[in-house]
Amino acid sequence: MSTPLVEMRGISIAFGGIKAVDDVSVDLMPGEVVALLGHNGAGKSTLIKILSGAYRADAGEIRVEGQVADIGTPRDAKRYGIETIYQTLALADNVDAAANIFLGREIVTRWGTLDDAAMESATRQVMARLNPHFRRFKEPVRALSGGQRQSVAIARAIHFNARILIMDEPTAALGPAETAQVGELVKQLKAQGIGIFLISHDIHDVFDLADRVSVMKNGRLVGTARTSDVTKDEVLGMIILGKCPEAAVRGPGAMADS
Amino acid sequence: MRHLEVDPRLVGMLGALAVIWVGFDLLSGGAFLTPRNLWNLSVQTASIAVMACGMVLVIVTRNIDLSVGAMLGFIGMVVGVVQARWLPEVIGLEHPATAFIAVAVGVALGGVIGLMQGSLIAYLGIPSFIVTLGGLLVWRGAAWWVTQGQTVAPMDGRFRMLGGGIEGAIGATASWVLAALACAAIVAGMVMLRRRRLAFGFPVRPGWAEGVLMGLACLVVIGAVAVANSYPIPVGVARRMAEAQGIAWPPGGLFIAHGLAIPVIVALMVGVAMTVLATRTRFGRYVFAIGGNPEAAELSGVNTRRSLMMVFGLMGALVGLSACIATARLNAATNAAGTLDELYVIAAAVIGGTSLAGGMGTVAGAMLGALVMQSLQSGMVLLGVDTPLQNIVVGLVLVFAVWLDGAWRKRIR
Ligand SMILES: Nc1ncnc2c1ncn2[C@@H]1O[C@H](COP(=O)(O)OP(=O)(O)OP(=O)(O)O)[C@@H](O)[C@H]1O
Ligand SMILES: [Mg+2]
Repeated sequence: MSTPLVEMRGISIAFGGIKAVDDVSVDLMPGEVVALLGHNGAGKSTLIKILSGAYRADAGEIRVEGQVADIGTPRDAKRYGIETIYQTLALADNVDAAANIFLGREIVTRWGTLDDAAMESATRQVMARLNPHFRRFKEPVRALSGGQRQSVAIARAIHFNARILIMDEPTAALGPAETAQVGELVKQLKAQGIGIFLISHDIHDVFDLADRVSVMKNGRLVGTARTSDVTKDEVLGMIILGKCPEAAVRGPGAMADS
Repeated sequence: MRHLEVDPRLVGMLGALAVIWVGFDLLSGGAFLTPRNLWNLSVQTASIAVMACGMVLVIVTRNIDLSVGAMLGFIGMVVGVVQARWLPEVIGLEHPATAFIAVAVGVALGGVIGLMQGSLIAYLGIPSFIVTLGGLLVWRGAAWWVTQGQTVAPMDGRFRMLGGGIEGAIGATASWVLAALACAAIVAGMVMLRRRRLAFGFPVRPGWAEGVLMGLACLVVIGAVAVANSYPIPVGVARRMAEAQGIAWPPGGLFIAHGLAIPVIVALMVGVAMTVLATRTRFGRYVFAIGGNPEAAELSGVNTRRSLMMVFGLMGALVGLSACIATARLNAATNAAGTLDELYVIAAAVIGGTSLAGGMGTVAGAMLGALVMQSLQSGMVLLGVDTPLQNIVVGLVLVFAVWLDGAWRKRIR
């Protein structure tokens, strides 16, 4: 077996006594889509925020391509090629789409000043892939619709040649056409060998796009399974009851067999 | 109007300024819109305007700096002691380097104080309101401590040029040269920007609109210089200057113009530099992003703490420069210098359209705001309004301006 692109082992984090993530281990192979599932508040966003450098885990280890990775800030994560679409989108509302997409990684001219024209041009290209109707390049992101804002957040994550992409409910605000477009995008990126963690509550989307699912409940891992080995009902059982089916690898959070 | 694509708020500010100027001129029987009054107005505005440029960035990041007035007092005292007591003993009285050393000390000291306060705010997470409120008390006290309350005077001759006055103006010819350079820069800048947008195939303003804007901008520059150049220096001084240069004193007298004042040129250069910093550099972009959504900026990989500390460092350095201008203008360093300046600086930024909620503001707006405040004040002085009433009016105008701005912003949403 080849080395995984990402391995998170025994990850735990607590917020003032609440164990948001408790001894969770997940991994991701190149060109693979792993869906993270679980009820609201299960700890999915918190887990991936540890990978993206927003939080530092209290315990556990992250490996990228087999090497122990010390990820303390979002800058560190980006250095490892980890890009993230946050559930909250994390956009600066008062500046335009291009400024958001290039935030922290601006294109500058020979004199070190911002090259807004070049950034707008790149923005137009990447947005054309996601949302061909998008025209409001000059306006602050505040003026955009929820779906348009989400497109900007996705554009920011895919523009910088990520090796590892984290998508936290990337299509929650999108219309059917735009959602389909993101589905296509996921397949394209997968074909390029990019590994993707996908968080979604849409079980059909998950079975359509993901190779494996990892299910969390109350901050603990119920189990991990190939989507080809389990049924949708079995996965729903994992999410709701924490019941781990035969075909899945059991996690510490699985319900004890009766 | 739509084709010009100019910021409507800036137009509104200019309109308000025009109303104030014309209003005072009518009320004072034509004493306001004279070269002499406008020239003095420009010099009086310089110190606050320089600090307002820094305050914009501070407020844009959702912070505040209440310590600038006290810092100005303290730095002014140090700058005064350095040039009037220390340097004369080391390098001699009226040494050519004195002014440069004094200004460098002022700016550096301001920068260090700013970075210190900024690091408490950014790295220890103490609210800026508290840190700079503490700073207000500390630096005002320190200003007294430097000389146990004694006033230091006089200042170095070259240093005094920073404060304006007759020696602190650059004369007619140099002013016209500056105006020509400024106009050339405006035209070149606009043409370059347009070319660049066209090269990428982006929409641009129609050609005529671009021309109108260029023309207006150049007209403002030329107008300002024309006013400064029609304010003559007093006859006695002109006569001495003529004699010194061996020019015979003609029977009708000689017209020697002030030209632009050095503090005004300094303030304008600071304004241009800060505008470039705020709108054309990564640092400026980060400052606005932090103001819009600090968490998003952090998650995007911006070093928000470092940026925040730098904003306060920059604010401090500008206070240092203002301290030099104020001390030079007074030709003395007193520990009360800069009292209440923090409020005028914040008011200037806010009147200039800086949102206290963060993420919004322009340097040009803040400088205009400073000019509006100073116009109100010197207009009332001209009308013989006494100080308490002046404060009441300025206070009411501040509240009214912010209400108007908020109402306007809601309407355009
Ligand atoms: N910054 C924080 N401070 C305190 N508690 C937090 C913080 N972030 C998350 N939590 C808590 O951790 C738990 C997991 O939250 P998380 O956002 O990871 O859930 P989730 O699985 O992403 O849920 P959802 O499907 O609703 O997005 C919740 O109980 C939440 O209240
Ligand atoms: Mg979540």
